Order: sequence, then C-alpha cells, then structure tokens
Amino acid sequence: MRITDYSLLALSSLKYSRLRTYLTALGIAVGIAAVVLLTALGGGAQHYMMGQFSQFGANIISVAPGKTTTAGISGAILSNVRPLTIEDAESLHRLPNIITSVPAIQGNLPIERGNRTRWTSVLGINHEVPDTWAMEVGQGRFLPNEPAEQARNFVVIGDTIRRELFPYTKPLGEFLRIGGERYRVIGVMKKKGQVLGLDMDDIVYIPVYRALSLYNRDSLMEIDLRYTEGYDEEQIINNIKQRLIERHGSEDFTITSQDDIIGTLGSILGILTAVVAGLGSISLFVGGVGIFTIMSIAVNERIKEIGLLRALGASRRQVTLLFLFEAAVLSGLGGIFGMLSGFGIAWLLHYVIPALPVNIQWDYVIMAEIIAIVTGMIAGLVPATRAAKMEPVDALRSE
Amino acid sequence: MIKLQDICRFFKVGDETVHALDKVTLDISRGDYISIMGASGSGKSTLLNMLGLLDMPNSGSYQFEGKELTTLSEEKRATFRRENVGFIFQSFHLIPRLTAAGNLELPLMLMGMAPKERHTKVKDALANIGLADRANHLPKQLSGGQQQRVAIARAMILKPPLLLADEPTGNLDTHSGNDVVKILEELNASGITLIVVTHDLELGERATRKIKMLDGKIIEDVTSEKPI
Repeated sequence: MRITDYSLLALSSLKYSRLRTYLTALGIAVGIAAVVLLTALGGGAQHYMMGQFSQFGANIISVAPGKTTTAGISGAILSNVRPLTIEDAESLHRLPNIITSVPAIQGNLPIERGNRTRWTSVLGINHEVPDTWAMEVGQGRFLPNEPAEQARNFVVIGDTIRRELFPYTKPLGEFLRIGGERYRVIGVMKKKGQVLGLDMDDIVYIPVYRALSLYNRDSLMEIDLRYTEGYDEEQIINNIKQRLIERHGSEDFTITSQDDIIGTLGSILGILTAVVAGLGSISLFVGGVGIFTIMSIAVNERIKEIGLLRALGASRRQVTLLFLFEAAVLSGLGGIFGMLSGFGIAWLLHYVIPALPVNIQWDYVIMAEIIAIVTGMIAGLVPATRAAKMEPVDALRSE
Repeated sequence: MIKLQDICRFFKVGDETVHALDKVTLDISRGDYISIMGASGSGKSTLLNMLGLLDMPNSGSYQFEGKELTTLSEEKRATFRRENVGFIFQSFHLIPRLTAAGNLELPLMLMGMAPKERHTKVKDALANIGLADRANHLPKQLSGGQQQRVAIARAMILKPPLLLADEPTGNLDTHSGNDVVKILEELNASGITLIVVTHDLELGERATRKIKMLDGKIIEDVTSEKPI
C-alpha cells in the first residue's frame, strides 16, 4: 500500500469525527506551543544577554595580571607576579592589528562637589576608551591623548554623576574633588543605562596614572585591547602572549577574549533553554496520553471495519500501519497547529511587551515537531497492534 | 476448484465444546452456484468463513486448485483473500466515512495500485452497477439496495474467482433484494463461483446446488440439472 493512501485514509477518518480530532490535536498543540513559546523566551533571554555583552564593544581581548591555574600558590603568598604596567599597555598597542589599548584600574572613591559627596566607581583609563568600549561622549570631550605621567587632572563623568552632583548647573569646566584631589570636568558621557544590572552612568573616568597613585597601586587591573575586525583572534592572542612573556619573563598574566565570555554565557543560557524545553515537553507527554485514549476508542469503534479490511485482503501489518498513520497524522496536525499558535503568541508578546526578548528557536521547534509525531505513533502503537491482532471473523461479527 | 476434507472447527464455550463444523467434506467446481441453508448455529456461516480463509479449521484439509491452504501464514491468507475471494455481508460493511467510490477503491489501495489506474477501474465498476452518478455519495446517502450493490462491486473489483455471500438480501426489501440477486446471478453466469448462505428459502431454491446443514454436518446436498 502507498504512503499517500495511508495518509488519505487516516485523514478521512480524522475528518469524520471532527470535534474529537480537534480536541485530541489540541492536547498535542498545547505541548508544542509551550515548547515553542518557552524556548523562544529562553532563546530571547540568551539573545538579550549576548546583546548586552556586545555593548561593551566588539573584538576585545583583555589581559589581567596573575595566571589562573588550578594548581599553584596564590600570588599573595609568594608573589613572583610582575605588575601589569602602563608601559605594558603601550607596548601591546604597538603589536600588529591592535587598534586601541586601554590600561584600566577601578575602585570606589568619594567624589565631592561643594558639600555634596557621592561614593562612586572611579575608573582609571586612557583616551582610547570611546574607541574601545562602544561608549560615546555626550557633552565636552573625552580625556585627551597625553603622556601617562604628565596627564592633567581631568575627569569625564557619567550621566548619573552629572544628575546627582550638577542638578542645576552645567558641569563642564567645574571642579570635583576625587579622593582629595582636584579634577576639572571636561566631558559627560552619553546615557548608557544598565548593562547586566550595572549602572554604566554611575562612573567617573580619570587618567590611569592618576588613578594608580590614588589607589596606591603599581599594577593595572586589566588592559583591554581592541583588534581589527576580521583578524584571527587566536593569532592576536598569541602575539600578545609572546610580547608579555618577553617583557615579564614568564606567563604571569591571563588573557580573556570576549568570545570566551560569550561562549560560557551562551552555554549557561543554552542549558536554561533546554530545561525550559523539558518543561514544555511534559505537556507534550500529556498530549500523547490523549492520543492513546482516542486511538484506543477508535479501534474499539471500528472493530467491524478492521474485520472488513482483513476480509478485503489487508494484512495485519497494513492494519497496524493504518492506525499508526492515523495517530501520526493526528499528532502531526496538532503539532503544526501548536507551532503556529506558539509563533502567534510569541509575536503577540513581543508586540505587547516590546522589552520582553523573544527569539524563536528553530532547532527546538523542529525537534518538538518530531517528538510530537513520534509521541503520537508510540501512543498509537498499542491500539494499532491490538487492532491487527483481532481475528477477522470475530471482528466482523462484533456489534 | 475447492476440496474440503474432514474439516472440523470447534469452539470452547465454558466447559462445553461446540462443533461448528464436524468432519465436513465438500467438493466445489468452478462456476458452481451453491446455496447453504440451515438453522441458526448449524455451522453454515462458519463454513463460509472457512471457505474465505477468514477462519481456520482445527483439523482437516482445504485445497484450492490443488494447493493446501490450511498451512498458509496469516499474511499469505490475506493475499489469498484479496486475490481469490469476494465477500458480501448482510449488513453491507461499507466504511461510513468513505464515499461509494472510496469504498470501491479500498481493495485497490490495499494492493498498492496507482491512483490513476484505480480511478478508471472504480468508474467502470460504478457504471456496471448503475451507480455512476452516486460516486461521491456516502453510504448513509444511499438506499440499502444501492449500498449492497456497492459492496458487490467492491468484492468483485479485483475479479476474484470465488464470491461468498452471507445473507446478501437479509437487510433488504423484496425489490432491492431481487436486484441484488440478479447481479449475483449475472456474475455467476459469467463464470464466477457463487456461494450464498441464506435463511431465505426462495433465494436458496434458486441455486443449482443446494446444501443443507445441521449441527455442523452436511445433511443434504442436491444438485438440480438445469439452472434457472
């Protein structure tokens, strides 16, 4: 018998008891819609997080002092870790395909203006921040390009600082006291909002050399390097490694690329999406139970018909397949319906709450669809086998 | 064509054993027109099912054109039924979801015939029974006589040599019944072996060979010389 004929016969019986078909298919549809929707939300969250991360800028490699290894003694006990210096940052800048190099140190200090004081995050950096971290200056300008040790006491402030310390006046040209030193405000950053829960506007930027002396440290916390788009990241990381080993004598630093971070984050969120998909498949299972029930009833109702088919020369195998096809078509239709409604609800959610990240996960959608059909067939298997096992004479005689 | 030898079929009902067929021996030639009559429970339907391989004997031998059938596997029996036997039932057994044409198509579908070929065959068969204009009607939209005609056409669509009818007129009024009998007899006249199980004396008397059964045994087997 042809596959198209199996489907044709399956469809004809599904069409005959329409309400029942709809209700049973609905069971599967709810499951599929749940999987589609939940994974879309999970995927949306993943997408959103990635987007947030790339807000720090793209193609960034960061170098931190100290080597992270599982075996070894902490640098605090037996320190042979050489500090990461501003000279290191300048040296790395000269490597091929490195566009910018930002030496960075961060800490919290009180910022005073008149009688107002605010503790905030003070970043010591250089003039290349706007080109590295995808940040923009709103008013004035960023720190000027000048030799590190001769950097003047200039400060660029975030939008929150501007609002808190200069509620009524223009900040440009005004003076702030940071850790007791006097700094002149030369720029205000554009409002950035929150990235991963951090207020990116509650930050002030001062020259790195000044910050090192404010914090009384000789090592940077990090050097951020941006490389030319499209170049092999691994090659660039190797160059950086070599250059620093040359300068330090050993590998006493850790290089992290943005891809590493995004990769880790991606796998965590991927697991989240998978868990959510698992939850959705519980309803798929319930839908499968519905198909099992309906197919059992269908076999009981059609015992005579099974007898007739056998009399017409249908083999047991054909009878089994007929009912299996019916179950598969039933769940397949439910699956398609569920998929469409999943898409619809996802779209509606996105439309009503634009802030909610929604991202359809096609791999899960296709997997759910396959699972739906397989569930249907497994659920149909027992009734179908029972149908095939009937003796034709008994089947024909039943009332 | 058919040789039954000492066919026994018994059922266990509780502690008792009921002999539906008790050492039945029967020879049937190609083109025979046979009626099987007898009271309820005399074993006539069991004999018919046995002939159509819907049921298997507990002992005895069934040869069809020299080939032993009692040893066939279930799948082979299904193929045998499809190729050699047409069944007609008292209650028509049309599938209610399928149109007249759809019902006729079933045996062709089961054997895997291409749709195009099927459609011409179905069209011809419907025309033969005078129901060409009812092709797309569901069984419930047809009269009893029309339904039985569709059932006959379905049984004969693959041109099997053996046609088995179990009370073919039992659910029909006299007029439709006569129509159905006419069609069956025409088929027999064209060389098909026709075996009818019936309660209806008048129908039974029309056959050229009349078998009477009682308690699973053949008690009378009369062949009249001239067909009606």
